[in-house]
Amino acid sequence: MIIEQLSIFLENKSGRLTEVTDTLGDSNINISALSLAETAEFGILRLIVTDPGKAAKALRQRHFSVNLTRVVGIIIPDEPGSLARVLKILSDEDISIEYMYAYAFADKASVVIRTENIEQTIETLQKHKIELLRASDVYEI
Amino acid sequence: MRYYDAYENLSVEDKITVQSERLRKLVHTVYQKVPFYRKKLDQLGIKPEDINELSDLQKLPFTTKQDLRNNYPFGLFALSTDDIVRLHASSGTTGRPTVVGYSHADIQLWTHMVARTLVCAGVSRNDLIQIAYGYGLFTGGLGFHYGAEKLGTTVIPISGGNTRRQIQLMQDFGSTVLACTPSYALFLAEVMDEIKVHTEDLSLRIGILGAEPWTENMRKQIESKLNIKAIDMYGLSEIIGPGVAVECEHQQGLHINDDHFFPEIIDPDSGQVLPDGEKGELVLTTLTKEGLPLLRYRTRDLTRLNRERCKCGRTLVRMEKCTGRTDDMLIIRGVNIFPSQIESVLLEMRETQPHYLLIVDRINNLDVLEVWVEIDSPFFSDEIRELESLSARIKNNIESTLGIGVKVKLVEPKTIERTEGKAKRVIDKRTF
Repeated sequence: MIIEQLSIFLENKSGRLTEVTDTLGDSNINISALSLAETAEFGILRLIVTDPGKAAKALRQRHFSVNLTRVVGIIIPDEPGSLARVLKILSDEDISIEYMYAYAFADKASVVIRTENIEQTIETLQKHKIELLRASDVYEI
Repeated sequence: MRYYDAYENLSVEDKITVQSERLRKLVHTVYQKVPFYRKKLDQLGIKPEDINELSDLQKLPFTTKQDLRNNYPFGLFALSTDDIVRLHASSGTTGRPTVVGYSHADIQLWTHMVARTLVCAGVSRNDLIQIAYGYGLFTGGLGFHYGAEKLGTTVIPISGGNTRRQIQLMQDFGSTVLACTPSYALFLAEVMDEIKVHTEDLSLRIGILGAEPWTENMRKQIESKLNIKAIDMYGLSEIIGPGVAVECEHQQGLHINDDHFFPEIIDPDSGQVLPDGEKGELVLTTLTKEGLPLLRYRTRDLTRLNRERCKCGRTLVRMEKCTGRTDDMLIIRGVNIFPSQIESVLLEMRETQPHYLLIVDRINNLDVLEVWVEIDSPFFSDEIRELESLSARIKNNIESTLGIGVKVKLVEPKTIERTEGKAKRVIDKRTF
C-alpha cells in the first residue's frame, strides 16, 4: 500500500525540468503523477513513476539529488465532498498532512498524500474503507 | 606636530643597536617564560646566548597562526592571566579563535604605536576622529580609540555600521578624520550621494583605512568621492592590532614601527630570508611585547621592504601596500575568513557534506559573501519547510562562526566544479 515517490531537488534554473523528463524518457520510465513545489531559490519535483528504483539510479547518474519518499495514494469519487470526507478521517485521528497532490480522471480522482506516519495513515484509511492505490496500480494512475 | 617621538628617525646604526638589544632580551624572556619556545629552541640546540646580532634572528624558528591555535587559548602567553589586562580575539577555524593578551605595558605600547601612526598619517590633537571600526573583541575599534585619545584627538567612538547615523554625526560634529575599512569608506560615499550630502557639508580631510586589501584605484575613488587623503594602515591582532605600519603624507609605502615590530621578508616556500626589495611573505617579531611575544610570526601577507629614507624624514622601514596572501584567507568587510571555517561548520551538520563554494562580491561597495552548499542525497528532506530551515540553520551556524552575515544558497550536487578531486572553493569577483 506504500508507494515510493521520487523527490528531486532542483535549483531554479532553466532546463533542469527538461533534463529530468529526458532522463526518464531515455530510461523508458513513465510518469504517472507529478507535482512541483517551489521557493524563490529552489524547487522539489515529486514524481510517481513506473519504476522508482531504476528512475532514481538514472537520475543520480545525471547528478540529481534524488530521494525516495514513502507516500500513500487513495482513489475517491470525483464529486463534491469526497476529499473533505477523507481529510476529516485523517484529522480526527490527528494525522497531519505534509503535502498532497491530486488528479481527477473519468469519474474518479486519485490523491497522493504524504504524512509523518504512513503506516498509521494506511491503517486509518483502511478502517474507513477508503480505496487505496496499490503499488502495482501506480502505473495506471 | 611632525613626529610623535624620536625613534621615528633614528640613524640606521642607532636603530640596529636598539633592535638587537631588544631582540636579545626578547629571546631570553620567551625561553624562560614560554614553554613552547623553550622546547623549540632546545630542539634546535639554540641557547638564548646564541642570539646577539639581528642576523642571528634567522636561526630562530617561525611562529604560525596554527601554533596559536594549537596552544589555545593562553598557551603562548609569557605572563599569567593575573598580569594580562586585556584579551582580544579573532574568529578561527573549527570554532577556535586566535586569542591575544596584553599586559598593562602592552596596552601602553599599543596606545603609543597608534598615536605615532596617527601623527604619521597627518592627524593632530585638533582633529575629531570618527572611529567606525568595530569595538569589541576585534582590535580595530579599541586600538584606534586609545591611540587617538592619547594624542588628544577628539574621539567619536561610533563603532561600525549604522551608516545614516555615521553621516549625521559627521555633519553635526564636523568629524575631520574617518577610521574604517576602505570598502566602508566607499559605501559611506555612496549613501551620501543617495541622501544628497555633499563633501562641502563635511569637514573630513583624512581617512585612515585598513584591515582589508585595497588598490591604488580604490584609493583614487575614495579620495575623489570623499575629498580626503586616504591613508593605508596595516596591523594584525597577533602582532598588536592597528599600529604596526602606516603611510605618511607621501603615500609611498607604509612605515613599519620597526623599533618594536621587526620585519623580515621570506620566500614563503623555502622560509629563506630575501634581500630588500624582493617580494615575499612578511614575517614580524614583536621586540618589546610582554603578554604575547612572538618570534618571527608569519603574517601570510605578501609585500616588499624599502629601506631608503623617506621624504618625510622617517627612517622607519617602509613596506609596500600588501598585494596578496600566501594562504587562502579572505578578508571580507575587514574580517579574516578561511574557507576551512565553513567546511568545519558543514561537517558538523548531519545533513550537509563539505561541498561548498564561496562567492565573494562587492555590491554597492560592500563585500557580500554567498555560500553555495550542495544538497546531496540521501539526507535531504523533500519538504520545502525542512529545506528552508536547513538553509537557515546553515546560515546561522556559519554566521556565528565567522561573525559576519552571509547568504546561503542550496544547490544541486556536482554544481561545484571539482578539479582532480580538489574543489575550487572560492570565487572572488571583487575588483579592488
